[in-house]
Amino acid sequence: MEYICELKNISKRFHTINNETKAIDDLSFNIKKGEIVSIVGPSGSGKSTVLSLIAGLEKPSEGEVIVNTDSIGFMFQKDQLYEWRNIFKNCILGLEIKHMNTDENKEKVMNMLRNYGLYSFRNHYPSQLSGGMRQRAALVRTLAIEPDLLLLDEPFSALDYQTRLSVGNEVGKILRREKITTILVTHDIPEAVSISDRVIVFTERPAKVKKEYDIEFSQCQGERTPMKCRNTLEFGEYFREIWRDLDAGEE
Amino acid sequence: MREKNKSAVAANISKEHQEYLKSVKRDKNFIRTTQILVFVIFIAIWEWAARYKLIDTFLISSPGAISELIFKFIKDGSLFKHLDVSPTEIVAGFFAGTLAGLGIAVLLWWFEKLARITDPYIVILNSLPKTALAPIIILWAGMGFSGIVVTAASISVIVTTMTLYTGFINVEKDKIILLKTMGANKYQILKKVIIPANIPGIMSVIKVNIGLSWIGVIVGEFLVSKAGIGYLILYGSQTFKLDLVMMGVFVLGLIAAVMYFFASWLEKKVIKY
Repeated sequence: MEYICELKNISKRFHTINNETKAIDDLSFNIKKGEIVSIVGPSGSGKSTVLSLIAGLEKPSEGEVIVNTDSIGFMFQKDQLYEWRNIFKNCILGLEIKHMNTDENKEKVMNMLRNYGLYSFRNHYPSQLSGGMRQRAALVRTLAIEPDLLLLDEPFSALDYQTRLSVGNEVGKILRREKITTILVTHDIPEAVSISDRVIVFTERPAKVKKEYDIEFSQCQGERTPMKCRNTLEFGEYFREIWRDLDAGEE
Repeated sequence: MREKNKSAVAANISKEHQEYLKSVKRDKNFIRTTQILVFVIFIAIWEWAARYKLIDTFLISSPGAISELIFKFIKDGSLFKHLDVSPTEIVAGFFAGTLAGLGIAVLLWWFEKLARITDPYIVILNSLPKTALAPIIILWAGMGFSGIVVTAASISVIVTTMTLYTGFINVEKDKIILLKTMGANKYQILKKVIIPANIPGIMSVIKVNIGLSWIGVIVGEFLVSKAGIGYLILYGSQTFKLDLVMMGVFVLGLIAAVMYFFASWLEKKVIKY
C-alpha cells in the first residue's frame, strides 16, 4: 500500500513560560494516495496542529511524521487571498513561489477559473467578490501548484450555511474527480461524512485517534457527490455514530 | 479594466441612479467651491483689514505687500535661487530618511533578536527632540547641504522605522503561513507579502515624512544656510522685514501642498484595491 503521509506515535507539547500543554498524545494514522480523509473532534483537540505537523510548519515533540511529497496545498478557514492582487494574480501566487510561472501553467489556471465560474472576475480584486467565490478562488490558488496532498483546515466554516453547502459540494466533487489526496479538518460532522472516504474521530485534548470510520455509500447512484450522499439513509447512520462518539467525549 | 466596467454600467442605468450620480457630483463641487471661497475670503479680509489699519501691517504684513514682494523676487530671480535650494534639500532628506527607515525596518523584521535588543534604544531615540540635536548633527555632517540633509533625515528616520516595523510584524499570520506551505523562503515572504501588505502604511509614512523633512530643512537652514526658504524667513525676522517672513511661509505652504498632492496622486496610482 502506498502511503502519502504516515504519522507514527506522534505527540506534541506546547510551551509557555507558565506551563506546558500536551496537544497530541501517541497519535498514529496513515493516509493512502487518492484518499479523502476527514478529521473531526471536539474543539481545541489539536486537529489543526496535526495539519501544521504534516505541512512541516511545526515539529512533533515525539514520534515521526513521514510525508512522501514536497508538494502540499493548504487551505484555511479564511481564504487568505491577498487583497492587493487581483484574482488571477492570487491564483498564480504558488506558481511564482515555486518558480513554475510558465505560460502553460498560467493557461491551466485560466482554465480552472473558467471551470469554477471565476473567469470573468479574474481581473477583479478580492474585495469585489462574495465569500463563496473567494473561497473558490482560494481553491484554484491551492490547486494551481498541482499538490500531491491537500490540507484543508475548516475551509468552509467562515461561509454562511447555504454557501457552505454549495461550495462544499463543488469542492467535494472536484477532489473526487481529480483524485486529490485530501485531509480535511472540520467540526462539521455532515460535511466530513459527505465528502470523505474515511473519517477519523479524535478524543479530547491531548488528541488520540478515538475511532475510524470507512465511509461508503452503497445507495449513491452514479457519480458520488456530497449532496447525493447527504440524501441517503447511510448518511444519517454515520452521523449518529460519530455524534455519539463526540458527545460522549464531551460529557 | 475598471474603466471598461464603468462604461458598461453607463450604458443602462436607471433614472434614479443618474440622479444619485448627479448629487454625488454636486456634493463634490460644493465642497471644492467652499474650500476655495474660504481661502479667497480669508485673503480679502486680511487685505481689507490691512488697508483700513485694523491690523498692524508691520507685524502681520498684508497679501498685497506679500504678492508685490513675490513678484519682485521673481523678477530679479532670487526667489528661484532660494527655491532651488530648499526643495533639493527636502527631497534628499526625505529620501534619505524614508529609505533608511524602510531599510532598518526590514533589517529588524529579518533579525527578530536584533529588534528585541535595539527596542529600548529606538524608543529613547524616538522620544528625543531631534531638532535639539540639529546643531550637533550639522557640526558632524557638515556646515551646509549635507548637514541640512542629515538633519532632515534624522527627524523622519526613527519614526519611519517604528511605524513600518510595527506594520511588518502585524501582517496576518496565516498570510505568511500560506506562503510557507508553498515553500517560500524568507526573501520571498518579504517580497510577496510583507512589503505589499504594507503599501498603504508606506504611503502614509511618505505623506508624514514630507512634512517632517520640511521641519528638518527649515531648522537646518536657520542654523547654517546662506540660501533657501528657511534662510529667507530667518533673515526676514532678524531684520524685521515681516513681509519677507510671510512670503517665505506662503511659498513654504505652496510647495508643501504641491508635494502632498503628488503623494496623494501616487497613493491612488499604487493602491488600486
